[in-house]
Amino acid sequence: MGNTILEMRDITKEFSGVKALNGVSLTVEDDEIHALVGENGAGKSTLMNVLSGVYPHGTYGGAILFKGQECSFKDIKDSEKQGIVIIHQELALIPYLSIAENIFLGNEVHQGGIINWNKSIDKAAGLLKKVGLDENPTTLIGQIGVGKQQLVEIAKALSKDVKLLILDEPTAALNDEESQKLLSLLIDLKSHGVTSILISHKLNEVEQVADQITVIRDGQVIDTLVRGQDAFHEDEIIKCMVGREITDRWPERDTEVGDEVFRVEDWTVYHPVQDQRKIVNKASFNIKAGEVVGFAGLMGAGRTELAMSLFGKSYGSNHSGKIFKNGKEIVLNSVNQSIEEGVVYLTEDRKNYGLVLINDIKTNICLPNLKKISDRGILNLNEEIVQADDFRKKLALKCSGLNQHVENLSGGNQQKVVLSKWLMSEPDVLLLDEPTRGIDVGAKYEIYTIINQLAAQGKAVLMISSELPELLGMCDRIYVINEGEVAGCLNRKDASQESIMKTIMTHQKEIKSRKSL
Amino acid sequence: MNELASLFKSNMRKNGMVMALVFIMVLFQILTGGILFRSMNVNNLILQNAYVLILATGMLLCILTGNIDLSVGSVVAFVGAVAAIMMVDWGMPVGVTIFLALLIGIAIGAFHGYFIAYMHIPAFIVTLAGMLIWRGLTMVILKGQTKSPFEKSFQALAAGYLPGREVRIGQFNTLAIVLGLAVSVIFIFALFKSRRDKVKYNFEVPPFWAELLKIVFIVLAINALAFSLANYNGIPIVLILLAFLILLYTFITQKTIFGRHIYALGGNEKAAMLSGVKTQRVMFLVYTNMGLLSALAGIVVAGRLNAATPKAGNMFELDAIASCFIGGASASGGIGTIMGAIIGGLVMGVLNNGMSIMGVGVDWQQAIKGLVLLLAVVFDVSTKKKGLGN
Repeated sequence: MGNTILEMRDITKEFSGVKALNGVSLTVEDDEIHALVGENGAGKSTLMNVLSGVYPHGTYGGAILFKGQECSFKDIKDSEKQGIVIIHQELALIPYLSIAENIFLGNEVHQGGIINWNKSIDKAAGLLKKVGLDENPTTLIGQIGVGKQQLVEIAKALSKDVKLLILDEPTAALNDEESQKLLSLLIDLKSHGVTSILISHKLNEVEQVADQITVIRDGQVIDTLVRGQDAFHEDEIIKCMVGREITDRWPERDTEVGDEVFRVEDWTVYHPVQDQRKIVNKASFNIKAGEVVGFAGLMGAGRTELAMSLFGKSYGSNHSGKIFKNGKEIVLNSVNQSIEEGVVYLTEDRKNYGLVLINDIKTNICLPNLKKISDRGILNLNEEIVQADDFRKKLALKCSGLNQHVENLSGGNQQKVVLSKWLMSEPDVLLLDEPTRGIDVGAKYEIYTIINQLAAQGKAVLMISSELPELLGMCDRIYVINEGEVAGCLNRKDASQESIMKTIMTHQKEIKSRKSL
Repeated sequence: MNELASLFKSNMRKNGMVMALVFIMVLFQILTGGILFRSMNVNNLILQNAYVLILATGMLLCILTGNIDLSVGSVVAFVGAVAAIMMVDWGMPVGVTIFLALLIGIAIGAFHGYFIAYMHIPAFIVTLAGMLIWRGLTMVILKGQTKSPFEKSFQALAAGYLPGREVRIGQFNTLAIVLGLAVSVIFIFALFKSRRDKVKYNFEVPPFWAELLKIVFIVLAINALAFSLANYNGIPIVLILLAFLILLYTFITQKTIFGRHIYALGGNEKAAMLSGVKTQRVMFLVYTNMGLLSALAGIVVAGRLNAATPKAGNMFELDAIASCFIGGASASGGIGTIMGAIIGGLVMGVLNNGMSIMGVGVDWQQAIKGLVLLLAVVFDVSTKKKGLGN
């Protein structure tokens, strides 16, 4: 440490009159992990796009000094030549190519245009070792998990002699274990002369690994915290990020638990293609009116599959088991039937499963509810606007108008559109899958508030989340799901990160002993 | 003034193709020395292009789902051939023949739709197979020969006129003029009703003068067409058929749940499915409908040629597809309108007709049409990009 590797001076970037960045200066030291935090839309990604040459020199104001030299990158290739590599949130890997092919894509090991595969694979194996990924370089990318793919991206960066690695939300889609592996890799790389800029919403991770934290809000640097000098405290960082004090990260709620609304008994689901493979095994759980119930579990525990299979059998095959609503058994054979019975599912992947991105807000909100705004199959387009506008107001949706395409909305507002969609169908049971994934702290709080309101209205709410603090803060009861089974149920007062992990571990041992029998 | 400029700008984006059509019309009016807008030629334009417009209507729905249908030209030929055999060889009455021909079209469409929707075979492959199958079968049943002639009543759908041709005011056909005025009144009435509804909901409405401008423009266009046709043989029956189809399918796509489901399916199939859209059924119905409209086009084509030939409908699918894309439909699905497809079809039709009058050879016509298709889509993509920037 000590030398400055990167200095960005007074960076200003405008988009058709709107200043996305307003005089941002950022100094990154050699061999450090520099975290960049801020709400969605604060300008983090814009700043990194300026740095990596996505926005070429001349389209922004200010200067970039890399290793003491002023840079004027024309494109990404230019910045990569200098050793600046950016890994985007959405990975740029090709699923049908092998790990080795992906690593050297655009940078092939060749002689006179002919690829030397043996050398490529050998080199790739070396890189994989460096990032601690135990996979054959000829394995297809599509066959390994997101966590491992992330490591391949880093290996790819290393193959380009990276000096400064920029990671945009690298752990967003990873579970705790994978995230830890990635973070320790960053620390390891640091000692091998690779500096990292880490953009993340997960403040506990930032707190854990960063040497400096720069907080950006509304296109300006609010503060830079240095390890050893300043206290890295989550609450402190959040205060900087949102510009106001959030005393409670989870809004208060007086729970008035009523009668049981939703009960599932012995729900078993098989894999949609491999119909011998059980994905959900005899899961039983219930939700009472006014209750928020959580599903905790590791990635791949089967939580999403369980919820989706309940929602009109949208996942899996050979479903068996019983579903009860208000004590009466119901059958949910299709999505329509499920919506009619008042059981709805909010997807964890809003861009691919929740929204029609090219359509506007009102079309998206009304899509599952067209019967409500029509008469004998004929739509009342005016009623559509009235209904959609109602939800825009209720959920404080920030948009230029109901005709705005949802692809141009921020993550938090997109999530509000998906929520509106389901609220309009007037459900009794909401299965919310990662309702706050990839949205900023302020919007998260708003979503929590909405969830609490729903519970207060006597609706049964199920919340699936990979962020344990969120579950602990929001839920009255938490079911722990492991390997497609309900491993246990913890009450609010018994639930803690430790007790949840312990339940998973105990259950895993139980499964092992069952298998060995 | 600023308001006017911004209105013009937003309209440019929305109605870019309308303006392009007007531009092409004016251009050829000049280049052909005024022949393009002569009554007889306007009449010919409609008769010549009716089949493309019918096919483009169905094709747009396929394109909205993110697919295409390559089989329509072959289906046109096959249905025409079957109809010819039924009438010429078996002596079946015209009404029954048309009814059966349409049923055959529905069956063919359902056949394609079954594989595409329920077996998940890519539409490109299924309809490519269909293109070969129906073309082949056409040649088999016609034994490579042309079958003709047909009864007058069969030809009427494609080449006939509304009755009352002799009732004229001066040189003008009375019925055509009356119909033109009636349609204008209905249009004005509908526009004001929609405006009134919006006001009732307290929505913002465009300034009154803008609506008035729209009325003047459209009423002028309707009546110019009516007078032009009145000056010749009156209203072609196929124009009534076309107007009916355009209105019907615009209504279906814009104002019904089924239409909304087609757009949602094309925009994001998975999200549509998880919102309760029966995606397979929608896909099946879209292709079944394409079969029906292909059959209708087949009847029109056979009636106009007064013959069924093995070569009929050759490359029609590409004309229909081009019309949709020129009219602003997106190849990845979810974007496009019936009106757009019709305007795209007219752009192609006017180009064809104008160049023919000028004596441009078929070779050059094809090359120019190809360029126009490319330019139209480039224009569309670039205006949309600008639209996103704002």
